Amino acid sequence: MSASDHLIPVVVSNVVEVNPIIKRFEFKHVNGDELPAFSGGAHIVVEMLDDGTKRKNPYSLMSSPFERDQYAISVRRDDTGRGGSKFMHEQVRPGMEMKISAPVNLFSLDLRAKKHLMIAGGIGITPFIAQMAQADKLGVPFELHYAARSVSQAAYMDSLADRFGDHVSCYCDDQGEGVDFETLLSSQPLGTHVYVCGPKGMIERVVETATHLGWPAAHVHFEHFLAPPVGEPFEVHLAKAGIDITVGAEQSLLEAVEASGTPINCMCRGGACGQCETAVVACDGEIMHNDHWLDEEQRASKQLIMPCVSRFRGKRLELDL
Amino acid sequence: MSESIIEESILSRPTYGTLKIVPGLAHYFLADASGAECVIRVVQELPRDMMEKVHILYVPTPGEAALITSLYAVGAKRFEHFPTIEEAVAKLGDWLSDAKMGTQLYLAGTEGLVGQGVAKGEECGLDHTAVQCEHRGSLARRVQCVHCKTMIEDVTTQPVKCPSCELLLFVRDHYSRRLAAFQGVCINAEDPTEEIEIKEVFK
Repeated sequence: MSASDHLIPVVVSNVVEVNPIIKRFEFKHVNGDELPAFSGGAHIVVEMLDDGTKRKNPYSLMSSPFERDQYAISVRRDDTGRGGSKFMHEQVRPGMEMKISAPVNLFSLDLRAKKHLMIAGGIGITPFIAQMAQADKLGVPFELHYAARSVSQAAYMDSLADRFGDHVSCYCDDQGEGVDFETLLSSQPLGTHVYVCGPKGMIERVVETATHLGWPAAHVHFEHFLAPPVGEPFEVHLAKAGIDITVGAEQSLLEAVEASGTPINCMCRGGACGQCETAVVACDGEIMHNDHWLDEEQRASKQLIMPCVSRFRGKRLELDL
Repeated sequence: MSESIIEESILSRPTYGTLKIVPGLAHYFLADASGAECVIRVVQELPRDMMEKVHILYVPTPGEAALITSLYAVGAKRFEHFPTIEEAVAKLGDWLSDAKMGTQLYLAGTEGLVGQGVAKGEECGLDHTAVQCEHRGSLARRVQCVHCKTMIEDVTTQPVKCPSCELLLFVRDHYSRRLAAFQGVCINAEDPTEEIEIKEVFK
């Protein structure tokens, strides 16, 4: 069982070009029903039927948790990826029917916080737009620090500054601006929780700086969805099902397992949640662990794999599926 | 003062560790006379330039001055002492209200002091992993009468008579972190005339 087994039929109600690389997609239930409740930081999985290939990619909800007549996501186009974002940008039009999963939240606000400190890099802004709507309504102090490469790529920067005023600070690389994490994290009142979503390097710097300054781990939250990387095709044997499958170059192992009709748990499909963790029965070769879930020891053991983002190179891989 | 020995009990009953300095923007200490030596032990090992980050609150035993002198001599940025745990904990709250994330809290001494320090830290937004506790001295308990909600300090006997509602209370290992108190429940509710021997057990 997984969240994406029970998909919700929706119609694309609007497609907005936010800037040359980012588009916003809005979805309504095909029957006009209310969509499931969610909290800021939640994501949905969008199913894409692209010329025979079925892809399911996770995207953070950016619409307000208090408005359930529609959901909104923003997608950054990645021309070097597997084609999911390209499909969204090129094929998805208003009026089209699609399927999405119910929302799942792996990046929720800790409601015990006395203050929420949000740090966004690039398209990592999306979960914070929903979180700010939530924090604003709850009346809890919050602050967003939003960094982007350039003014032209900084999606929603102006509208967020208008909507949330002093709560928002913006930084653009091409203006020579950047967030001073040491100063920022040294000046937060006791009881603050920090949330970071953005490029890997940014998440690492925030986590390292906070840890070095003595922030408790429970007050530091981050989310980094990985797109399943492309790679060489490989063969896998599914021991319980007793079948061999081939994982295509632009397909993830999870997608190949699903395509074979073999049951597998999953949720985020981006290497973060841990749901698809699968035991390796035999491995003669190298597992390319691309997830954020397994620790170094588990990776080295070659006994576990995260099929949503990880791949294999070698003679034989046999999984407990 | 010898090290604490607390028997294993239910999960609710707090256990304590040994103070050790961890990375932090500021280090706050709260101790009573039995815990003073723990503070001196860890603070003495810090480099001089770290003392700017050290803040110490102390509750001395009445009439005692030697430990006040020793604690003063470690050279903390701030050192204050108060006659009661209540006043020292209130001061800790004042200090923590201006404190920043990265603050570490160290508590040493009797369970009443440690428990009230933990509760104050939590109230001020400190995560429990940023609070270290070392138990020293008496095992006397701070007990809440669950019937009339009176707090009874320094309980050493089992059972104990509530000074307010006069019920005879069985002192449980069941502990409230929020109240920093063990729970005292009427031991002879079925038959109030039942005589129960009162023994000194929390020494």
